[in-house]
Amino acid sequence: MVENIVKNRAHPYIPNSHPRVQKEMLQEIGVSSIDELFERIIPRKLQYKGKMNLPEPLDSEYLLKRHISKVLSKNVSCEEYLCFLGGGTWPHYVPAICDEIASRGEFLTAYAGEPYEDHGRWQSLFEYESLMAELLDMDVVSVPIYSWGHAAGTSLRMASRITGRKEVLIVDTISPERRKIIENYVEPHLKIRWIKHNSISGLMDLDELKKSISSDVAAVYFENPSYLGFIETQGEEIAEIAHEKGSLVVVGVDPISLGIIEPPSHYGADIVCGELQPLGNHMNFGGGLAGFVATRDEPEFVREIPYRIFGIANTVTEGEYGFGDVAFGRTSFMVRETPGESKEFVGTATALWGIVAGVYLALMGPHGMREVGEGILKRVKYAMKVLSEIDGIVVPRFKAPHFKEFVVDFNSTGRKVKEINRKLLDYGILGGIDLSLRFSELGESALYCITEIHTKEDIDRLRDALENIVRR
Amino acid sequence: MGVVKLRKNFHQAKWDEPIIFELSTPGERGILVPRVEREIEKLAGNALLDLPPHMKRKAPPSLPEVAQVRVLRHYMRLSQQTLGVDVNIDIGQGTCTMKYNPKINDILAKSPKVTELHPLQPEETVQGALEIIYNLDLMLRELSGFSRFVFQPGGGSHALYTMASIIYKYHQVNGNQEKDEIITTLLSHPSDAATAKLKGFKVIDIPPDPETGLPDFEAFKETVSERTAGMIICNPEDTEIFNPHVREMTEIVHEVGGLCAYDQANANGLLGIVRSIDLGFDMGFYNLHKTFSSPHGCGGPGLGAVGVVKSLESFLPVPVVDHDAEKDFYYLNYNLRNSIGKVREFYGVFPVVLRAYAWIRSLGEGGLKEVSRVAVLNNNYMVKRILKEVRGTEISFPKTPWRVSQTRYSFQKLREETGITVEDVVRRITDFGFHLWTSHHPWIVPEPFTIEPTESYSKDDLDEYIEALRTISREAYENPEVIKNAPHRSVIHKIEDMSFFEDPEKWAPTWRVYLRKHKSKGRYEK
Repeated sequence: MVENIVKNRAHPYIPNSHPRVQKEMLQEIGVSSIDELFERIIPRKLQYKGKMNLPEPLDSEYLLKRHISKVLSKNVSCEEYLCFLGGGTWPHYVPAICDEIASRGEFLTAYAGEPYEDHGRWQSLFEYESLMAELLDMDVVSVPIYSWGHAAGTSLRMASRITGRKEVLIVDTISPERRKIIENYVEPHLKIRWIKHNSISGLMDLDELKKSISSDVAAVYFENPSYLGFIETQGEEIAEIAHEKGSLVVVGVDPISLGIIEPPSHYGADIVCGELQPLGNHMNFGGGLAGFVATRDEPEFVREIPYRIFGIANTVTEGEYGFGDVAFGRTSFMVRETPGESKEFVGTATALWGIVAGVYLALMGPHGMREVGEGILKRVKYAMKVLSEIDGIVVPRFKAPHFKEFVVDFNSTGRKVKEINRKLLDYGILGGIDLSLRFSELGESALYCITEIHTKEDIDRLRDALENIVRR
Repeated sequence: MGVVKLRKNFHQAKWDEPIIFELSTPGERGILVPRVEREIEKLAGNALLDLPPHMKRKAPPSLPEVAQVRVLRHYMRLSQQTLGVDVNIDIGQGTCTMKYNPKINDILAKSPKVTELHPLQPEETVQGALEIIYNLDLMLRELSGFSRFVFQPGGGSHALYTMASIIYKYHQVNGNQEKDEIITTLLSHPSDAATAKLKGFKVIDIPPDPETGLPDFEAFKETVSERTAGMIICNPEDTEIFNPHVREMTEIVHEVGGLCAYDQANANGLLGIVRSIDLGFDMGFYNLHKTFSSPHGCGGPGLGAVGVVKSLESFLPVPVVDHDAEKDFYYLNYNLRNSIGKVREFYGVFPVVLRAYAWIRSLGEGGLKEVSRVAVLNNNYMVKRILKEVRGTEISFPKTPWRVSQTRYSFQKLREETGITVEDVVRRITDFGFHLWTSHHPWIVPEPFTIEPTESYSKDDLDEYIEALRTISREAYENPEVIKNAPHRSVIHKIEDMSFFEDPEKWAPTWRVYLRKHKSKGRYEK
């Protein structure tokens, strides 16, 4: 007995791996072994009898931790190097409270419980929707989805279902990643026409928009700030042109900008989408993404949202709030494939990142959101100014107001962005995104990102490094 | 054995917590934002003036103003009112695979070497991350027999959408215009059908044979034609009856040039036991947040890792991670000729990849098989005892009583004999600290409920859950009112008026709408 205890290496994750318990359970079932059980469930010819080529188990928590820490040590994090990368996920400060709540075991390990036993989950996600609704000044926000790109795809398909039209107009300055996502998401239902941008300001070419808009167009889509960092200031005109033809306006937005910049609903957006990562979620190597979709409280809009919407109601007890799914019958959970046009699908996505975004907005409040926006605006102005003083560097490439990103044009330096970025690593700096591949018309240009995490010293360090690299 | 105790005196945490907006006190701050330095201030001046006036936000967003400790307390309380795996014997959310989520993996995933990585950093600065992604791919290849995995999809439904996209693109590239139908089964997950429809396919649902519960094989054979683009199915389906005809089904679809996609959301009983490739599938996905132990996060972030056979590798979303063995260098490969493009920005939820990798490394081949063996043992143990001891229960499709790692039961008899519905039981079981879930729609099995014990729970845990079911069943026959009015010891009581969720005049998807439509009834007026 003592020997057995000494030898017992039952896996800590599998309580019933002890033979004595297994025997008792097998007796209850009425079979002699687990193998016999499998024989009754799965035809023998379909069972795999080979050996898998898997590494030997690291059979203690200590060894596991040691192994993984060693592999991870090969990464250089943005805490170690100075990061100027953005373009879809951005280095923002994550408040400690956001981490604390994201780590709460009850939230972290919950899933799909009912409003009664998972009340906290329902309330947190309802609050997320409600806080985002204030930021966006829109009445309806769904539980979050995978990412901005996916949310944009959904917004366009929603617009198509609402209008019964099959064409969408999209400005050609959107993120190349999102472009690929949207293209696959709307195929084969919608036709995309790409609207050119003005090569000087970067803004949407309104003449081209006017030529392309028609009563076949379900929606016009643009982003604010744009992928290339400038603010699209023509929102009202775009909306007017679109609405005149009965088309909807869909705007993708970076919510961190909305403490100071008008929300798209104020310049005519009918559906708004965007990315939640800036609101208290870590970049996680691109894994911190979560998309949102928002619209008006009109049944014909709400019924086309494919995702869950948690609503509030009263319970039988005075003063007690309960929650539930608003119009659950519209989701694929209820209707599967739908007889008519596809109403997309819903499933496990990014609820926890949504809860965290709610925590972030609750912490920041109106003053925090204004301060963070203003601070970014000022740092960007400073950065563009000091970088533009370097010989051969043109910044910003586009003549328009910018928010937290801007294009740095290196064409006159005679150097390639790839080479510059490689050299920046020697200074402990992660340089901006190389645009030469995906925006070839910009030549050797890079997209730089500045947020509230960057100090004057950081920006000066970048300037000094670039000056040295470009000069040599 | 330990002591099996039904928690008759259980009461869930109940803080009577207001909505965050009700906590607002103007002037309070939750966090301060770093100020810009004087030099920047001087140079930038009032940068807001650079914004065209019409783009400047006029009125600040009506966000609450709450001090830090109050925000913390609010969300801590809400977390306590949530029944995660960490605090309950979470076997009642069948199909969800609510297994133990090892804490060491969470600690590793919180390393700044994970959280503070930007996806577009130079590859040489993220070799550790790429190595883990690449090696998890290798491990999943071993488990499935597929040739390559990608980690972009953020959940099972997203993975299904990815597979439907691959089927679509494959036929487009091969000029198979006539192929416009996808076959699935009525007992496969709703997203199998919904995502196929999203990609423009006509969807055909094979109903279950009423006797065996298996997809009607004759109906299936009649359905397959030159128009069949592919088949997307679960096996086992949510009833967890393993389909002995699955190999024949994939062969029949292949004969007409269709592709076969495997919804492996229910893989927890099959690790090292059955390989997807041996069943004839061309592609499939694993839910890393279910089978591979990453926590579910209240509904994500999850990850549906999609694997394909060699001939379909070029259709995967870009990029994939490759390894140059000579230089021992991991890199991103965007060069896939027929790629469907992307389904999400960047490469997937890396913390989830890391946790799945850690979980497999902690188990090895023997451990993974033990996971499935115990999951199946636990499930069939529960079947025996529930049917024997919980009055009013039946198993779905009793002619095929042996199930893999979960089981769909029915309370139809209970309803007929006592008037108590499964929805009533769902509410009542919360009074003992448990979840119970019904079924996906449509409800093929009347008054359904689904239990999935996984490998993570001890015999005592299972016995405690059975005891709760026994007690509720007894109540149904002796004192049904206590169930009808449940819950009693949960966070809240029964919702008063369910039309709040259906009637556009009443529904309140956000607080601002609630105030507008129902202000007089709210607690808003202090």
